[in-house]
Amino acid sequence: MKKFVKVLAIVLAVALVATFAACAKKDGGDNQDKAGIKIGLICLHDENSTYDANFINALKAVQEELKLSDDQVLIKTNIPESDACYTAAEELVESGCQVIFADSFGHETYILQAAKDFPEVQFCHATGTMAHTEKLANFHNAFANIYEGRFLAGVAAGMKLNEMIEAGKISEEKAVIGYVGAFPYAEVKSGYTSFFLGARSVCETATMKVTYTNSWFDIALEREAALNLINNGCVLISQHADSEGAPKACEEKGVPNVAYNISTISMGPNTALISSKINWAPYFKLIYNAAVNGEEIPTDYCGTLKDGMVELTELNTTVAAKGTQEKIDAVKADLESGKVHVFSTDAFAVKGEKLNSYKADVNTDEAFTPDTEVISDGYFHESEYRSAPYFDILIDGITEM
Amino acid sequence: MNNNAKKTAHEPFLHITKRGDISTAGAWSVRLIAIAVSLLVSAVVVVLLTGYNPVQVFKAMFSGNFGSLSKVRTLFQNIAMLLCISLAVTPAFKMKFWNLGAEGQVLVGGLASAACMFYLKDSLPNILLILIMFVASILSGIIWGLIPAVFKAKWNANETLFTLMMNYVAIQLVSFFIMLWVPSGSSVMGLINASTKAGWLPNLFGQKYLINILIVAVLTVVMYFYLKSSKQGYEIAVVGESSNTAKYIGINVKKVIVRTMTISGGLCGLAGFLLVSGTNHTVTKDLAGGMGFTAVMVSWLAKFNPAVMVLTSFLIVFLQRGAGEIATVCRLNESVSDILTGIIIFFIIGSEFFINYKINFKSKHKEEK
Repeated sequence: MKKFVKVLAIVLAVALVATFAACAKKDGGDNQDKAGIKIGLICLHDENSTYDANFINALKAVQEELKLSDDQVLIKTNIPESDACYTAAEELVESGCQVIFADSFGHETYILQAAKDFPEVQFCHATGTMAHTEKLANFHNAFANIYEGRFLAGVAAGMKLNEMIEAGKISEEKAVIGYVGAFPYAEVKSGYTSFFLGARSVCETATMKVTYTNSWFDIALEREAALNLINNGCVLISQHADSEGAPKACEEKGVPNVAYNISTISMGPNTALISSKINWAPYFKLIYNAAVNGEEIPTDYCGTLKDGMVELTELNTTVAAKGTQEKIDAVKADLESGKVHVFSTDAFAVKGEKLNSYKADVNTDEAFTPDTEVISDGYFHESEYRSAPYFDILIDGITEM
Repeated sequence: MNNNAKKTAHEPFLHITKRGDISTAGAWSVRLIAIAVSLLVSAVVVVLLTGYNPVQVFKAMFSGNFGSLSKVRTLFQNIAMLLCISLAVTPAFKMKFWNLGAEGQVLVGGLASAACMFYLKDSLPNILLILIMFVASILSGIIWGLIPAVFKAKWNANETLFTLMMNYVAIQLVSFFIMLWVPSGSSVMGLINASTKAGWLPNLFGQKYLINILIVAVLTVVMYFYLKSSKQGYEIAVVGESSNTAKYIGINVKKVIVRTMTISGGLCGLAGFLLVSGTNHTVTKDLAGGMGFTAVMVSWLAKFNPAVMVLTSFLIVFLQRGAGEIATVCRLNESVSDILTGIIIFFIIGSEFFINYKINFKSKHKEEK
């Protein structure tokens, strides 16, 4: 026992010396500007999820651009959609954050609660639906017209399908797209429908099969789902789920893939085609500057192609069909000018019939009542009555598996 | 550990013998030393990963737990929840019934509470609704715990696998009900009855979580005496030591198994109630958040002693909360919390080795030339 104690004493002593040596080496590196406005970010997962990485990278880019210290930009990752979200918000308030942003749909009710409890702090929430009806001065929603980005990515996919048909790799009726969705939820449905409509705008015979993983982030499930779609005859895959599961499965099988939120060219140099993404940097800048200048933050902000929030990542020219970039640029100009509407009622049918009227559940209530007419002037007005998507119609040409 | 480089012909450099004579003070000093060493190793790891100075790291760890009133409140709340589930699994473990199904038992308990909130809304006085939720949760937990217990008692089914698999059934059950209740397909319940707060445990003296904490405090005392001084507690201990002995002295082993799992499952259900009614006011698949498994560790580390479990659950929650703060302050991935907790638990479990065994070094005068 005595010897054992001696050995332990030596271990402790060495560790202590190492500790103090380390202390001496690095000290006083903490002289940030304490007067500066602080912003806090609450993420459902961490950088391993493409969805959360997209927020984290955007905020870090803004931090660099505005020359903020790490002390002014606090990021909390892996915050579940529970009371822990409220606690995280509360802690960010205590750390002195004047603006707090939460990135996941399920955070909303907890952030709303925090907004009520801390009226002097601004709370912003992505993908949420309640700000426009709650009408709190310090609670805001934000999203972007990502359906336009998805439509453009769909155009690239359609061009690729055409190329495959022309090269005789597939027949016209075999132009089947596979889509890995997270949940059968409006945000996902709106996403795959706009993507599909983009593809069909250039490749008329395209059809699509959709499968759900019932999880926002599950590498194994997303991979399985993609492989399953490929085995069921899908010749091009896209996804709305947040891991690298599907892109990597596509690279293995040599099937072209269109991703979301990050460029996957490094994961699939021979199959990654393009990605649509929401660039949150303009919004982060907007809310940070609003806090600095004491200005109001829009209650429900929806980013667009114009303000830079809806983007396409770099086109992988080794995979893309010839003329893709030119086509994308032309369609983009038409979308921006209003000449083309993604959800034009001429572009899709439901059970063989054109849709002239549709009531969507825009104002959140406990019974999920459809409350707003969203079709007028010949198109479905997505993300106009609130930023979060509400297109949840299954159109002809798409089958859910 | 052993130094084979300088092997001698007759006697190894060190050998290990079992010891049975260590004093309580001695055992605790070994454990404290282990914790101290583990903290230093953790510091070294963090410093190597980040270049931050360890004093700053420990400061963050401390302020993450005690930095403000709300942090202290969250600390105690998290301890209460972990402790509650640990207390729940303890009688089963003491009986050597490997209940790895706490996660699922908590989930169904929580689900029952959420269902009451969802269907009854504010149709009843709040106190009555809460009472119904309380009973429903405990009953659900009991059912979830009893199924494997009955199979064990009747057909000697392997309870480890059985309880483990019941967790997955519970997770799917929760998913199913959320899909049923949320037709938009988002699979997010959000706060239930946010406007009426029906079924929400009220704040006591203006403090959130205080009711949770008090209930678990009482439970700890009751469980301590139940295991230590009651006849049933004694029966649990005997069955745990040897079921044959128990049979021999006339204990109905099957009855004890079923009775004990009723208690274990019921208390897990209670934890589910506290997590839904007193904490989250919603139900999600990860309501239990792995606590059902962490509880096993808390219970074992404390040698099934509820009083010591207060300490072990404090330790684990302290580490988790502290590491979470380090992750934010040092911009590390939250996984650092798992790494640090892993290191510290490794040392604590490792210290048990030094408490139970003695390392004898080769004595000098016998050393051959």
